[in-house]
Amino acid sequence: MNIIVCIKQVPETTEVRINPETNTLIRDGVKSIVNPFDMYAIEEGVRLKERFGGKVVVVTMGPPQAEAALREAISMGCDEGILITDRAFAGGDTWATSYTLCHAIKKIAQEFGAFDAILCGKQASDGDTAQVGPGISSWLDLPQVTYVKKIEEIKDNRARVERMTEEGFDIVETPLPALMTVVKEINEPRIPSLKGMMRSKSAKIISWTARDIGVEAKDVGLSGSRTQVVKIFTPPVRKGGEMLEGETADKVNKLVELVKGEVTG
Amino acid sequence: MGIQIIQDKCVGCSLCVKACPFAAITMTNKKAVIDLNKCTLCGACPPTCKFKAILLEKPVAAAEKKDLSGYKDVWVFAEQKKGKVQSVAFELIGKARELAGKVGSKVAAVLIGSNMEMAAQELLCCGADIVYLVDAPQLANYQDEPYTTILVKLIKKYKPEIVLCGATFIGRSLISRVAIKIDAGLTADCTGLDIDPDKKLLLQTRPAFGGNIMATIITPNHRPQMATVRHKVFAQPALDKSRKGKIVKETFPPEDLKSRTTLLDIVEEVEGLVNIAEADIIVSGGRALGNHENFKMLEELAQVLGGAVGSSRAAVDAGWMAYSHQVGQTGRTVAPKLYIACGISGQIQHLVGMQSSKIIIAINKDPDAPIFKIATYGIVGDVFEVVPALTKAFKKALNK
Repeated sequence: MNIIVCIKQVPETTEVRINPETNTLIRDGVKSIVNPFDMYAIEEGVRLKERFGGKVVVVTMGPPQAEAALREAISMGCDEGILITDRAFAGGDTWATSYTLCHAIKKIAQEFGAFDAILCGKQASDGDTAQVGPGISSWLDLPQVTYVKKIEEIKDNRARVERMTEEGFDIVETPLPALMTVVKEINEPRIPSLKGMMRSKSAKIISWTARDIGVEAKDVGLSGSRTQVVKIFTPPVRKGGEMLEGETADKVNKLVELVKGEVTG
Repeated sequence: MGIQIIQDKCVGCSLCVKACPFAAITMTNKKAVIDLNKCTLCGACPPTCKFKAILLEKPVAAAEKKDLSGYKDVWVFAEQKKGKVQSVAFELIGKARELAGKVGSKVAAVLIGSNMEMAAQELLCCGADIVYLVDAPQLANYQDEPYTTILVKLIKKYKPEIVLCGATFIGRSLISRVAIKIDAGLTADCTGLDIDPDKKLLLQTRPAFGGNIMATIITPNHRPQMATVRHKVFAQPALDKSRKGKIVKETFPPEDLKSRTTLLDIVEEVEGLVNIAEADIIVSGGRALGNHENFKMLEELAQVLGGAVGSSRAAVDAGWMAYSHQVGQTGRTVAPKLYIACGISGQIQHLVGMQSSKIIIAINKDPDAPIFKIATYGIVGDVFEVVPALTKAFKKALNK
């Protein structure tokens, strides 16, 4: 079973804080990490390989330092790492990004052979859009299952999976190849083994530019984006309010008086 | 296209360094230097420069200038489950009315399902002028492919100016697929929508980088302009039973209703009656609860208030609550009218998931817990003492 895993390098958002005096982002010493949701996609890809054999190719679009994300994926058991990098890709929205990844995936299929599944995290922690995964399957015209929390069975080129919903989950069967986006519940990403870490250090990362994957600069990055950011501003920072004092009974009664209106109506 | 620092204008104040979400700007010889390998042209730095020293060249309008005339009306995808239109669809119709009013266009809802006549009527009463109804037994439950095919065909036929959709599991899966097929711009999770009446541009505001900055986004050269919005961001309009409108039934050939994926079963497993995305009131518990049994105490309070029970990541990771209850960065983002955080310290990952709540009540033993920095009302105390007292007091106040 050959699998392509799409990942993104993101800033570790836990470190993002607002300086209340200047109202600007504090980004001192911010680390870049693999998007937390993509870790589940990597893990699931590697588990499928371990069950059914085959190869896991991990791909990311990003600046040159996104190579570190690919090496981390390789340390967890992915076989090949492909970096799609070009100044032309910068500033892409989800339309331009999914278009770029679609072309990268087509080239991966040419170079490494046909694949059975594309796995993505359900969304990236910096953009939170959840649009790129379904966007890729739309470009490639593949069946998709989003928010997969369990792959129950794979047999006869079909996968039976559980798709998370607001109320619980759906059981869905899809023919392969298909694109799946996965949620946290699907697995617990492994800690890389020492051997994996050694391998990732020496692994050769393949790097492709816009020309390599056959896309034109006008269709990717900021130029290819259908949406455009026109304004960026800092929202008013939420301030702490009132601390209620007194004995427990006093505090509780006071609180009920204060918020009763919200509860009744 | 690109970004550059105008050397003569840069005074070395380093405000842009702090504004960069990607740590791509450094100061060298008292001038800002942008590392183009790190910069993603996100646009966060130019507005912070008081000296207009950062030049971000916008791409020239796409060469193939599209004909945008002929696009009109504001559409809402009216998601239904088990025949019931989801509340977010009504909220969006309310917003669509407001937007349509500013440019003098109509509001239409697209309703796909089986036996949906009554629901279509409800959408008219709620503010839609037209409901495009696609009714077939095979369409009773959402499936990506037929729903995509139908929505794409309807959009191509009627050319709406704007298409709004709930940022639900279904909405996000569907609309992202549709946007690519019709070559439209799509903005996720908008918290504000407005319209520029002259250019008919939808002004879509959404949080970026974990909610620390807000971005306003437009789709200048493509139509329709599409956006998703989460539950509870906009208010639900009042139903007007006397409102009249048009129900337009659309039919599609059988091949359009086919799906390569098969829905085998629908399993409901949410504990309690209310799911947190739709709840007006959420009582949430964290590490301090100690075990699953103690969440019963929160359920009692939630029941009295008619709310839902949420959980911090710590409590989910410990196995005390199901993941569907998790609020925060790796769980759900919620914005209820009332959020009661019980024994939750308030790590940033949790805060980004609930800080848009109207009123936040924090109950925690530790007076220095970060949750108090954003809470509307804070009570320092033991949750095992405060929560039952609160349940009792609310019961009394609400005559329950």
